Amino acid sequence: MDLSTTYLGLKLKNPLVAAASPLTEDIDNFRRLEDAGVAAIVHYSLFEEQITREVYEADHYLTFGTESFVESLSYFPTPSQFILGPEEYLEHIRSAKKAVGIPVIGSLNGHSDGGWIKYAKHIEEAGADALELNIYFLPTDLDATSEQIENNYLNILRSVKKTVRIPVAVKLSPFFSSFPNMAKRLDQAGADALVLFNRFYQPDIDLENLEITPNILLSNRNDMRLPLRWIAILYGRIKANLAATSGIHQAEDALKMLMVGADVTMLCSTLLRKGVGHASTILSGMEQWMQEHEYQSVQQMKGSMSQKMCTNPEMFERANYMKVLKSFSSKNID
Amino acid sequence: MKRKQVTIDGNEAAAYVAYRVNEVIAIYPITPSSTMGELADEWMSAGVKNIYGTIPLIQEMQSEGGAAGAVHGALQTGALTTTFTASQGLLLMIPNMYKIAGELTPTVFHVAARSLAAQALSIFGDHSDVMAARQTGFALFSSASVQEAMDFALMAQAATLESRIPFLHFFDGFRTSHEISKIEQLTSEDIAAFLNEELIAAHRDRALSPDHPVIRGTTQDPDVYFQARESTNHFYQACPEIVQKYMNKFYQLTGRQYKLFDYFGSPDAERIIVIMGSGAETCQDTVDKLMQEGEKVGLIKVRLYRPFSVQHFIKTLPKTTKVIAVLDRTKEPGSTGEPLYLDIVNAVFENGTDSGFKNMPRIIGGRYGLSSKEFTPAMVKGIYDELAKSKPKNHFTIGIRDDLTHTSLDYDEDYTIESPFGVRAIFHGLGSDGTVSANKSSIKIIGENTPNYAQGYFVYDSKKAGSVTISHLRFGPKPIHSSYLISRANFVGCHSFGFIEKYNVLKELVEGGVFLLNTPYEYTKTWDMLPREVQQEIIDKKIQFYVIDGYAVAREAGIGSKINTIMQTCFFAISGVLEKEEAITAIKTSIEKTYRNKGEEVVKMNFSAVDRALEHLHKIKVPHSATSSVKKSQTVSDKSPQFVQKVTAKIISRCGDQIPVSALPFDGTYPVGTAKWEKRDIALEIPQWDADICIQCGKCVAVCPHAVIRTKIYEPEHLKKSPATFKSIQAKDKEFEGLSYTIQVAPEDCTGCGICVDICPVKNKAETRLKAINMVTQQPIKKDEIQNWDFFLNIPELDRGRVKHTTIRGVQVLEPLFEFSGACAGCGETPYIKLMTQLFGDRALVANATGCSSIYGGNLPTTPWTKNKEGRGPAWANSLFEDNAEFGLGFRLSLDKQAEYAKELVKELESAIGSDLATQLLAAEQKDEADIFEQRIRVEALKQKLQHTNSPRAKQLLSVADMLVKKSVWIIGGDGWAYDIGFGGLDHVLSTGRNVNILVLDTEVYSNTGGQASKATSRGAVAKFAASGKPTAKKDLARMAMMYEHVYVASVALGAKDEHTLKVFLEAERYEGPSLIIAYSHCIAHGINMTTAMQDQKGAVLSGYWPLFRYNPDLVQEGKNPLILDSGAPKIPLEEYTHKQNRFKILAKTQPQLSKELLRLAQQDVYKRWEFYENLAAQEKKPENPNITKQETGR
Repeated sequence: MDLSTTYLGLKLKNPLVAAASPLTEDIDNFRRLEDAGVAAIVHYSLFEEQITREVYEADHYLTFGTESFVESLSYFPTPSQFILGPEEYLEHIRSAKKAVGIPVIGSLNGHSDGGWIKYAKHIEEAGADALELNIYFLPTDLDATSEQIENNYLNILRSVKKTVRIPVAVKLSPFFSSFPNMAKRLDQAGADALVLFNRFYQPDIDLENLEITPNILLSNRNDMRLPLRWIAILYGRIKANLAATSGIHQAEDALKMLMVGADVTMLCSTLLRKGVGHASTILSGMEQWMQEHEYQSVQQMKGSMSQKMCTNPEMFERANYMKVLKSFSSKNID
Repeated sequence: MKRKQVTIDGNEAAAYVAYRVNEVIAIYPITPSSTMGELADEWMSAGVKNIYGTIPLIQEMQSEGGAAGAVHGALQTGALTTTFTASQGLLLMIPNMYKIAGELTPTVFHVAARSLAAQALSIFGDHSDVMAARQTGFALFSSASVQEAMDFALMAQAATLESRIPFLHFFDGFRTSHEISKIEQLTSEDIAAFLNEELIAAHRDRALSPDHPVIRGTTQDPDVYFQARESTNHFYQACPEIVQKYMNKFYQLTGRQYKLFDYFGSPDAERIIVIMGSGAETCQDTVDKLMQEGEKVGLIKVRLYRPFSVQHFIKTLPKTTKVIAVLDRTKEPGSTGEPLYLDIVNAVFENGTDSGFKNMPRIIGGRYGLSSKEFTPAMVKGIYDELAKSKPKNHFTIGIRDDLTHTSLDYDEDYTIESPFGVRAIFHGLGSDGTVSANKSSIKIIGENTPNYAQGYFVYDSKKAGSVTISHLRFGPKPIHSSYLISRANFVGCHSFGFIEKYNVLKELVEGGVFLLNTPYEYTKTWDMLPREVQQEIIDKKIQFYVIDGYAVAREAGIGSKINTIMQTCFFAISGVLEKEEAITAIKTSIEKTYRNKGEEVVKMNFSAVDRALEHLHKIKVPHSATSSVKKSQTVSDKSPQFVQKVTAKIISRCGDQIPVSALPFDGTYPVGTAKWEKRDIALEIPQWDADICIQCGKCVAVCPHAVIRTKIYEPEHLKKSPATFKSIQAKDKEFEGLSYTIQVAPEDCTGCGICVDICPVKNKAETRLKAINMVTQQPIKKDEIQNWDFFLNIPELDRGRVKHTTIRGVQVLEPLFEFSGACAGCGETPYIKLMTQLFGDRALVANATGCSSIYGGNLPTTPWTKNKEGRGPAWANSLFEDNAEFGLGFRLSLDKQAEYAKELVKELESAIGSDLATQLLAAEQKDEADIFEQRIRVEALKQKLQHTNSPRAKQLLSVADMLVKKSVWIIGGDGWAYDIGFGGLDHVLSTGRNVNILVLDTEVYSNTGGQASKATSRGAVAKFAASGKPTAKKDLARMAMMYEHVYVASVALGAKDEHTLKVFLEAERYEGPSLIIAYSHCIAHGINMTTAMQDQKGAVLSGYWPLFRYNPDLVQEGKNPLILDSGAPKIPLEEYTHKQNRFKILAKTQPQLSKELLRLAQQDVYKRWEFYENLAAQEKKPENPNITKQETGR
């Protein structure tokens, strides 16, 4: 049985990819993921804030209070000695590449068209096989128009594409007025893949301390419905590869995603919950299902249930809404 | 080979050579020489090699004494070895210096010469230290400028190897060590070619080796010691010629000719000044000018002071000499003259008529420039004028007004020789605004981009928070010899508007000069905001007046309050020192160089600031007349004491140089309670109390580092005449029912650190970003709050007997006797000191080790130590750095002895005193404050009874009667003292069992000297002297002290558990033996946000990095384990604590693997220490054997 797939120009032995997550902060986990059978690993992200604000802060605290008091004109060894760029991150990519034989995809996370983009090049130089560009923008400005925001996405992508030769995937949120149009424009702007979808961390309230607390919510299986729909709609209509992420927890989830048109399926929450080894369970589950259902290859099933290929394409559209409502009310009446 | 022109300071110049010619360097921080060790450590860390192709080994030691010992050992075993030091550090090296010289061991010590602590400590430059080492047998070699510091470092190395006499190469602290100057840098090839490899090999051959063993360091008896001591004479005799030989060789190499005694002046000079050090540069400058005017004057610069070559000196002195003034930059009280003077007298008169003079010249000696006191051409001229008199004054002083013994010479202070060419610019800045950094960059830009010479010298004030800096920059086509501050500037920049209300910033600006002012006002309105006197001076001097709102530009560019690049751009644009476009390109290149490693965003923001600066720069059309109604502010209140008005105020207003000798205390004794008169008014924002939601917990009061937030609980009747905006609510505690409660902020004393707001536990339910205390802009509420503060101070203090001393809530109303210190905004040390004074201040004596706490505690003009309304408060003294524990023990011994004597006298005089009173006086245990209060009443009664008695014994009792009241001895210092240099003494004091309280303010680095690693520094933290992260674990001082079993030991962190800190202070003081409190003190040197630093303390405790505990030996008698752990097992990974602090973070940025490994080990350190303490605390204890007495346990 041929589980192989192609993603970002990389020939992968199967469609399971480990998504960017804290798991990849430990080099040993790269080896464990490879052992568990995943075909590629997205390295944890280098954040724009690390490159800009953190570096600025590092500089600020290196020079804070200096040249003020005659006996302590500085408090640290000469700052020029410090390379305040994200060296540690790049070193980590180098180590990851050394540790495993499967492709390692670097990840750059930001929201503005700024100096941080040049780190795409550094990630490439550190040996990443491809780059996932996670554009994580949350508009709070009442005057920012959707057009401005969309153009910003495109500008970032174009800047990065100019900087590197390795393939670039764009990880997106679903919050666009016309998502297919956005996907098309990104495709035209040179995205080699779209990763659907990014899940925003949603803040919570600590009632006791009256504080806003950052909150990481792991996905549940229902979350896969959103990317499933959009991958189904986009399949066959844009050049870029499609990667499914969010809510893929079991073999069946991955199979569904492939059927609607995903080139790869990304695993995150489920590995965080159940451990790295769970990837091998999913993989063998997929193989078993495919055997039972006499599929010969992933290629064969890819896109088979997409809007373009399925028997009832309207199910992915508004008509679907009515059916859902009906089924819901009839269930309740029964 | 073309040599590089570099703009560096004297320390770097000397260290550059020292690093390249040595293999082992033992270092220890001391101002102003620390930079040399820091650079050496940084170079080592960066892998810079010496001329032998290897990286020197740098070792930090625990003291200068230790450094000298290590140097001695390294020399004995054949390595080329050096050290850097100054002042007290050099004194600590003296014993080893005798040994090194006695054994004829080649080495060069590089010294940034500095004053010695006498009536007061001073970090500034003079020759007191090197003169105290002149008898050791070391050669004393004096360089006078930055270029010379590099040149002499090399010549000294060559000469020591050949002569075998060790060299002390010195240059003036600050004036040379910190002056930035454009010089020609020697290449490694120059250095290598200059040294004789055979001599290096000979040094190695003499080394101790088991392959050809010898012994050194014998003990000699009367029969041979004397002869052996004389056996080295010929080495000393040969040394001067060897030095001159290398000076000549140096000339061949570089074209710079030096002589043992360099002469400048007319060949037939009659009046001669003899001088060494940077003052010689000033003299040379002045002699040039006087010669142009036809004066027959000359100058001899002494280069090699020891061994002193009489022959060379006499040869140098013009035969036409009639009178000589020998200038010493030191003071030797009680001598017949200072050392250089006596040497010159001896040289001239020993040779007598053989010297070739027709008439023996008259020789006078004088003192100048102590503690970096300015030494100007006007003073030099004054001395030459004195020499022209028929009876010139001998043993004179110059530069001060001695109205006591009348040693000082009068001179024309307005005399100047500043050249009409070049640019002379003075910049008044705030420490925090980056002015000095910008000026250093300007010097480099001009030095490296133009053929001009450049010089920069920087003057700082005595405060760590809100400090003022003054930069003096000279640029010109000729080499700059002006080793004095600028007296005639053609450009003055004032980077803070507030200065013009306080100081005369235009004093040095010449007519037609340029004045650039950073204004917070719109440029059109700025003129009207100037004080009238300033307007008038601008008009009178026809000053070209420019303004810019630098802070607005900085904000727009996103660089916070760093206006450095903005003001620098304006300076270049107006001064014309470079073409505008060229200057901007150069500034941008410099920005890129400085910030490129810190990210492109930082570079971009600074570029943006440069581009915006010129758009916001405006030239003001100066009106014909002054119209302002704004007045300059008064330095101190009229209500302040006489001394404050007469002396302190002058120092505050930068007029300390004008204070005459008679106005200063003879013995270094100064009044307390003076900080309150120095209204520094530095906070842009201050805290404002929200009385409605306040829960009166007192936490804000407890953490305030500057004691500017105070609480009072009082009878409502005191509110009768309260100002309209004065806030008051009912006290919430039951025991204070019916009383009023107020939290008041001192608006002009606050530094605006915000630590109070961060600690406040209350949130406003309607607007959760607000707390019960919030930072607000100071300006709009300042006037009201000044009035409120004054009113508040006059509300009577609550009776201390009514206050619960065991809770932070209670303690908040106790009056602090330590207030408004000049410590850094948000300082982590001062809250502990303040707490101590609140609890025990009225009966405390404090021995304070040199360091941050001695600086913010005792650096003139003012002191934060103060007294209560009864006139009682902590008595404070600083002896030295290394001896503080012993110094404090001395207090205890003295107090105990006098108390014992007083008790003996009470017994003896029982009948006169009355049996009841005598018995009560003797029986009083004074375990708590109430008891002490009672004892004070008894002592007063005793004094009343004895005052009319004429018996000598009664009089003796009267003189020691106060000793019957318990005194609390506090020994306070930082970790550099307690863990390193003072550890031996501290250990001994602990061992004595005496009742002292030792408070270690542990910042985990030498904070005061700029963050060098100490043994308290944690593994993985980056510090100076540990540029690659400290590889070893923090020393466990607490554990060491516990092993004595009779020492009360505690570890506290106020920000983590304030009630615990309070409990520890109370227990430690109550304990009748030695107590050691190790207090976590966050510090600016940690690279942290000082506003939220108390949260770091929480992290420290939660992660187990800083466990809280008490080891109380008294518990043993109750059959309990003396160790109580007051914090839990590590709950969060160490990384959660370290990742917020630059000291740990930056290693990850430079050496990620090493950082990871060190932090892994540091995490293990945490677990291991916790396990050890947990086990110790879990052990069962049996009651002590009652047969063992207290004495036997060391108590």
